[in-house]
Amino acid sequence: MIEAHHLTKTFKDKKRGLITAVDNVSFTCRPGQIYGLLGANGAGKTTTLRMLATLLQPTSGTATMAGHDVATAGVQVRAHVGFLAASTALYGRLTAREMIAYFGQLNGLGEAAIQARIAQLADELDMHEFLDRRCDKFSTGMKQKTSIARTLIHDPAVMIFDEPTLGLDVMTARTIVRFVRECRDRGKTVIYSTHVMSEVEKLCDVIGIIHGGKLVAEGTLAGLQARYGQQDMEEIFVQAVGGEAAVAEALKN
Amino acid sequence: MNWQHITTVYLKELKDSLRDRRTILSMIVIPTLVMPLLIFGVGAVMTRVIKAARDEASPIVILGGADSPGVVAALKADKRFRIVAPGGDYQQLVSEKKIRLAVEIPEGFEAALQAGPAKTVTLYHYEGEMKSGLGVSAVERFFRDLREKTIAQRLTAHGLPADVVQPFEVKRQNIAPPEKVGGNLIGGLIPYIIIILCFTGAMYPAIDLTAGEKERGTMETLLCSPVHRVNIVLGKFLMVMTASIATMCLTLLSTGVSFAIGGSFFAGGTKTVAVGPAAAEATRAAAGVMPSIDPLGIFGVFAMIAPVAMFFAALLLTIALFAKSYKEAQSYVSPLIIVVIMPAMLGMLPGIELTAKTALIPILNLSLVCKEMLSGVWHWHYIALIFGSTCVYAAVAIALCVRMFNREDVMFRA
Repeated sequence: MIEAHHLTKTFKDKKRGLITAVDNVSFTCRPGQIYGLLGANGAGKTTTLRMLATLLQPTSGTATMAGHDVATAGVQVRAHVGFLAASTALYGRLTAREMIAYFGQLNGLGEAAIQARIAQLADELDMHEFLDRRCDKFSTGMKQKTSIARTLIHDPAVMIFDEPTLGLDVMTARTIVRFVRECRDRGKTVIYSTHVMSEVEKLCDVIGIIHGGKLVAEGTLAGLQARYGQQDMEEIFVQAVGGEAAVAEALKN
Repeated sequence: MNWQHITTVYLKELKDSLRDRRTILSMIVIPTLVMPLLIFGVGAVMTRVIKAARDEASPIVILGGADSPGVVAALKADKRFRIVAPGGDYQQLVSEKKIRLAVEIPEGFEAALQAGPAKTVTLYHYEGEMKSGLGVSAVERFFRDLREKTIAQRLTAHGLPADVVQPFEVKRQNIAPPEKVGGNLIGGLIPYIIIILCFTGAMYPAIDLTAGEKERGTMETLLCSPVHRVNIVLGKFLMVMTASIATMCLTLLSTGVSFAIGGSFFAGGTKTVAVGPAAAEATRAAAGVMPSIDPLGIFGVFAMIAPVAMFFAALLLTIALFAKSYKEAQSYVSPLIIVVIMPAMLGMLPGIELTAKTALIPILNLSLVCKEMLSGVWHWHYIALIFGSTCVYAAVAIALCVRMFNREDVMFRA
């Protein structure tokens, strides 16, 4: 379960002064549900997810992840969360097996449990062929599969995916999307950020549209379609954020 | 603090670093090879060049001397000199290094040798130029011999004994034990080398484990794990310290071996420097008053260097962590070498002694106390003060590093 209440994050910037990256964002995501956070680049998606993963401290507001407060129980939150982002890379000089095992150890798992879990994940993600090769020689798809295995080694209750298909080929992206869906089917709480409209349509049970740090619209796909009178997700998004000019302005900033 | 987490991070960093070519180069290859290369490569070449310059007859120009044929003939006959005809400007010849020096024999020199007033022979040379210096020494020796011969002749002519002009002798006798001689001669140099090695050995791993990780995107991955940042810092810190101490030990070992082999290689079996207890004993037995180092001093140096290695590791991690990339970190860390070298060099200067004040100046205090320890002098109160104060500095540096790891603006600098 993810519960965010009035999450706000401000940064000081030498040139631009005080910047509000996330402004009073509240939402709830239940187990067995995928919450899609849809927004343009710089809308505040990554900052929101970093606050949920306890990498950043909220300036104000609170959030609980699997019942633990992000501000006061960071270690417990991280023990129940799997965080996958474009910025969470692999150790190039370690093999995929060593990489996954390292995070198993950091999560307090025993050697036998780690090896059993690696074997299971390698089966599910079809990783056996490259499991004992160094990560710096991997293709993007291999890297992403290893990263997924790394986030799942401790079988977390909550999964955070920050643009996981960014820069991937179609086939690898499909594998990832399928895997995210499987996470939901196993009863995990999943939050998924993206700016790809089709992914949101296919994958998310609840969609939150974020723009300029604010959550400007939220609902199921059907609910949003009814509210904006549009079938196409892209049209819904543009209307929700205040028209094309607003999108262009946000991208410029 | 969770030691299991610290050990996990440390072992992973160790494995990762041992697979990194840059770290291997700075931690193992360079420290092992630098001293043998210096001693056998540069040292051998220098020895050969100097020997060749010394053996070669000095080309000189004789100015004047027309009325002193005996002296001129003796100079010409001496194998140490090659007389060049005085064509052209002798000053230009000296400054262009075509001749080593010009010898001006004054008018009536030989006649004055018989009984006349003392005349002055002038040597025109090139100050600071090695070959010119060698030539000057040889010519001075020639004229000193001539002067002594003249004095002896004059004394004999007057029927006086030789000790009329030499009423007493002055003799030097060393009473300092060989350890103290060794400690003073090279005691300042050893801590200086160790301090620099400790620093350079920690440099690359410190950058790789912080700015390197940020650049490669693995720092965020690591921060997602349920590990307190203090444990991450300590794991990384132990790795940097391992690299620092490994670099130092390997260099000392290769230096000791190189000196042991190189000493006999260059000096025909006589060692002047011995590192390590066995070598020191062997030197003392073989050479009597040959300078050596107190073997206990070596252990003392190792004990004192531990908190300094801690201090360097934590300091470098903190500074490198601030950078976004490997390159940026290098530009922050490289100038620090000067900051480290300065106090280490000061420790080698005469007159700068261990006092309550200097004992609190980091690096300089280590340099000074190591010099004393290698001479076999143990100022326990200063040793305790230096060890304690360096431990405090190291603890402050580690605390600062943990603080930096907890700062969002440092960890996620855009």
